[in-house]
Amino acid sequence: MEQQLIPHLFRSEFRKITSVLCKLLGLENIEAAEDIAGETFLLALETWPYKGVPENPVAWLYAVAKNKAKNHLQRGHIFATKVAGQLKSGTQVFEEAEVGFTEQNITDSQLQMLFALCHPSIAPEAQIGLALRILCGFGIDEIATALLKSKEAINKLLYRAKEKLRAGQFIIEVPQEAEMGKRLGNVLTTLYLLYSEGYYSESHDNVLREELCGEAMRLTYLLIGNGSTNLPPVNALLSLMCFQSSRFAARKGSGGEMVLYYEQDESLWDQELITKGVYFLHQASQGNALSKYHLEAGIAYWYTIKADTHEKWEAILQLFNQLLRLEYSPIAALNRTYALSKANGKQAAIIEAEKLNLAGNPFYFALLGELYTGIDNAKAMAHYRAAYSLAKTARDRQTIQNKIDALA
Amino acid sequence: MKEFMLIFRHEDGNKIASPEQMQVWMKQTMDWIGGIAAQNKFVEGNGLPFDEARVVGHNNVVTNGPFGDIKETIGGYIVVKAETIDEAVEFAKGAPVLQGAGNTVEVRKLAKGDGTH
Repeated sequence: MEQQLIPHLFRSEFRKITSVLCKLLGLENIEAAEDIAGETFLLALETWPYKGVPENPVAWLYAVAKNKAKNHLQRGHIFATKVAGQLKSGTQVFEEAEVGFTEQNITDSQLQMLFALCHPSIAPEAQIGLALRILCGFGIDEIATALLKSKEAINKLLYRAKEKLRAGQFIIEVPQEAEMGKRLGNVLTTLYLLYSEGYYSESHDNVLREELCGEAMRLTYLLIGNGSTNLPPVNALLSLMCFQSSRFAARKGSGGEMVLYYEQDESLWDQELITKGVYFLHQASQGNALSKYHLEAGIAYWYTIKADTHEKWEAILQLFNQLLRLEYSPIAALNRTYALSKANGKQAAIIEAEKLNLAGNPFYFALLGELYTGIDNAKAMAHYRAAYSLAKTARDRQTIQNKIDALA
Repeated sequence: MKEFMLIFRHEDGNKIASPEQMQVWMKQTMDWIGGIAAQNKFVEGNGLPFDEARVVGHNNVVTNGPFGDIKETIGGYIVVKAETIDEAVEFAKGAPVLQGAGNTVEVRKLAKGDGTH
């Protein structure tokens, strides 16, 4: 029984223990916090098979972690007072620290850690790595698989990020209202990237990828559960994630291959997640700030409606127009041009597409191939061939090959 | 990359468009600006409504215009990025406001503020 129980508990409790301990020991001791959490699980692994699983395994873990943290503090205290010679009595009285594993403190600690890890001085990729390790309890192997990097690269990435955390002397806290807008923006960017990493990753490990998306959603939901961070852009982001995730099952073919949106069986779309997405989008529409998450959630909402109506494409086109004004990205420019072809016709879209200046981007040529299909099939073929030669992944090459086969 | 302001001048600002015309014009303008933004060349832009508009003259004489009665009322602007004035002019050529005979789009380079212009 403990064979499944411990990995399960590791996934759900490691991050809680680490966050609470980080909060207690300070970010400069982030590794000590991880070590204590790790040792706690090691002890479980060593003793439970022989002594039996404790009646309340979670409480057992918390109690062990608590004792280990106290020992750590005591050692630190002894070092500081005796060994380091700071024997000024009265100035550093050791008080038995309160290691609180209350539900409230666990939630607060995770929320505060989220803000600490998403500090702008830490590179985005390192933020994602740290979030996966500290807040999601992912192992180095899993992070490496998810981010398509070697274990060594991930170790290096995390090491450097922790150095930054130590050197930065950040305080683990949820920012005050005045600072909230800017800091929350960083957190949302990281959560958005974390989700995208799972949703668009080339990693073949589907379970892991969905878990990544699930973790991003859990952390976003953590922000919604807190009064000071339950703000419209956060709701918009969660709405976007719900809409995207609703297509998880439909995106996977029987052989694990990618099924394009237009070829998906919409009966596989998760209606419950779509309903949740609508709910959070509604929650997001309070206030007057329109974030890119609002626009992207709006687009994702329309994608949950399969019917190919003019109304749908006109709405998507206008949302992309707004999104691009707010923030340019090549993928948004390409998707906007596709929506333009649906709303205003292929001829109009071809003129606009030729101006995009994205030579070198395989998806640009795939779009041109799509637009020319039925208008000038020879040109369409030439564009698909260009797309094929530029494609970076086997999955993309296969998708384009299917288009070429259909055209030939 | 330089920045240019495209200033929309309407010959007859008093002309009242029907809601349907307004809607068509709005969509055309949004699509036009979206097309510029899709090339990563859009900086900012806004419309300049006639309500809550005043003209302050010599000796601080404040008047309600005239808007609309005079030729070439400014109705809005956008700022674009372009390598050359010619590229900016190409953007301007697509402006839906030019469908109105007599309307113009003035293209002006923004001073960089670093002394080089």
